[in-house]
Amino acid sequence: MTREVPEQPVVRVRGLRMSYGAHEVLTGVDFDVHSGEVVCLLGPNGAGKTTTIEVLEGFRLPSAGDVEVLGTDPARAGDAWRARVGVVLQSWRDHGRWTPRRLLTQLGGFYRPYSTSTHPRPYDVDWLLDTVGLTDDADRRIATLSGGRRRRLDVAVGIIGRPELLFLDEPTAGFDPQARRDFHDLVHRLSDLEGTSILLTTHDLAEAERLADRILILAGGRIVADGSAEALTRRVAGTSEVRWRLHGERFVHATDQPTSFVRQLFEQHGDEVADLEVRRASLEDTYIAMVAQHEAGVRPQLEEVAR
Amino acid sequence: MTLTLNAVRLGVRRGWTEFLNSVRSPQDQGFYLFTGVATLAFLWFNRDDTVEGTTLLYPTVALPSILGALVAFGVVIGPAFALAMEREDGTLLRHKALPHGMEGYVTGQLVFHSLSALPQFLVILVPSALLFDDVMPSGVGGWLTVAWVLVLGMLATLPIGMVLGSVVPNTQKVGTWGMLPVLVVTGISGIFVPVQALWGWVQTVAQVFPTYWIGLGMRSAFLPDAAASLELGGSWRTGQVALVLAAWAVAGLLVTPGVLRRMARRQSGSQVAAARDAALQWVR
Repeated sequence: MTREVPEQPVVRVRGLRMSYGAHEVLTGVDFDVHSGEVVCLLGPNGAGKTTTIEVLEGFRLPSAGDVEVLGTDPARAGDAWRARVGVVLQSWRDHGRWTPRRLLTQLGGFYRPYSTSTHPRPYDVDWLLDTVGLTDDADRRIATLSGGRRRRLDVAVGIIGRPELLFLDEPTAGFDPQARRDFHDLVHRLSDLEGTSILLTTHDLAEAERLADRILILAGGRIVADGSAEALTRRVAGTSEVRWRLHGERFVHATDQPTSFVRQLFEQHGDEVADLEVRRASLEDTYIAMVAQHEAGVRPQLEEVAR
Repeated sequence: MTLTLNAVRLGVRRGWTEFLNSVRSPQDQGFYLFTGVATLAFLWFNRDDTVEGTTLLYPTVALPSILGALVAFGVVIGPAFALAMEREDGTLLRHKALPHGMEGYVTGQLVFHSLSALPQFLVILVPSALLFDDVMPSGVGGWLTVAWVLVLGMLATLPIGMVLGSVVPNTQKVGTWGMLPVLVVTGISGIFVPVQALWGWVQTVAQVFPTYWIGLGMRSAFLPDAAASLELGGSWRTGQVALVLAAWAVAGLLVTPGVLRRMARRQSGSQVAAARDAALQWVR
């Protein structure tokens, strides 16, 4: 049997703790992000998602723990490290008098000295404007852009330097459904074509399910679950929901054996069963269950689930 | 080194873009126009007064002082407001996320605010030349003095604005922490009334700050040599002007980078988010 030699993870966090005065936000966070992975950090408000991301970005000093991002401690990392990391920030009124084209050209210039033949930086501004869907607004004053358009610009600014690792803190907050769809396509493109490793936080579980190779749930200052959306769902799942209609009447039945239940249903009623629907527990059910479990004081042992 | 150079070059371009944006903005045009009209009106209503003990008209004496004070005021309050605001709106954080971004940002600020003094200067100087007699400096030597006093004066005062903008807790506090002290210093610096009219200890305090010396340097450029008799010690004290302003510039150069670094270290996304929430509360 051959063992794969694991590649050095792009993010490696061990025993990360953070306290503000007596208040402990992070009580010992451990996780890895591997090269090319899209990892989604979920958790209730105040669980410390933003704090964790800010420590990894090098914007905040942790109280304790070992953190390595691209092989370097972000607290001590230099400008060459900065050039390899992208951060999508939530802005609100900066650069109001600039245009997207001018701003991207200006900020992209800082990455030019770090360009190599194998990894040219920054992205071409026109290509990037087109990619985030801002071509029509390229020469408008930023102050006149709508909230959704501004967020697209935030994403463009975050990736202008063609980062190897990208941090996104609630990137789609305030997006309309179309903008959200476009953004998901962009993340897939960055991940598939560019091989960018991505760590993002969100409250949108459907988004996490669509985007993430792996999901981390942060609750009460530690990671309480780590696995693919499917694996996490299976852990809590147990029950599925079967809905059907018979002679105009609606029925709902919860079961952990949906296949045999449905077979029985057909044996009994045949074609008279209408509008049949089998729904497995969703990631949302899992998430709610896990957070509730944690808040009830049960601290589930972190187990590695197969992907 | 070439990396820093690249950042500084980008900063110069940033400052130039900010300057163009500012000159094109109705809001900033309004501000220039307001200070211009206010100053000219003040001088116009005093146009026939002569300064005690001389044959000089009041506008002749007051114009260079006001020009100097306005430039000093602008390059202190301008960067103080800009820094405090851009700390809150995320401009600074964006640069913190860039390689050598802070160097570019600070260069941009210096270039932008230095350039901004120019329209401020012209909007008063040009109409004054047309409206009043004998108010312009005589000869090339006079204009050269104007140039070096302004450049050295800006070097002395710009860092004060940068430090103020870095240490104020939020934009709303720039008024109390920045505007008020600067106005007081301007008030005692012999701009509108000669410094001799004030108590002795106030004169001493005034001579600590750069505003007095910028005003004195400007008067030495604009006024005939005989007018030196109106000054403290009856002299333009040109050497001292250069020395005091240079001392402030050096002190600024030593202190400012450390203060800016400390401020930048504290920048984070959640700080920007907190500032946004606070601002929304404040508007409500």
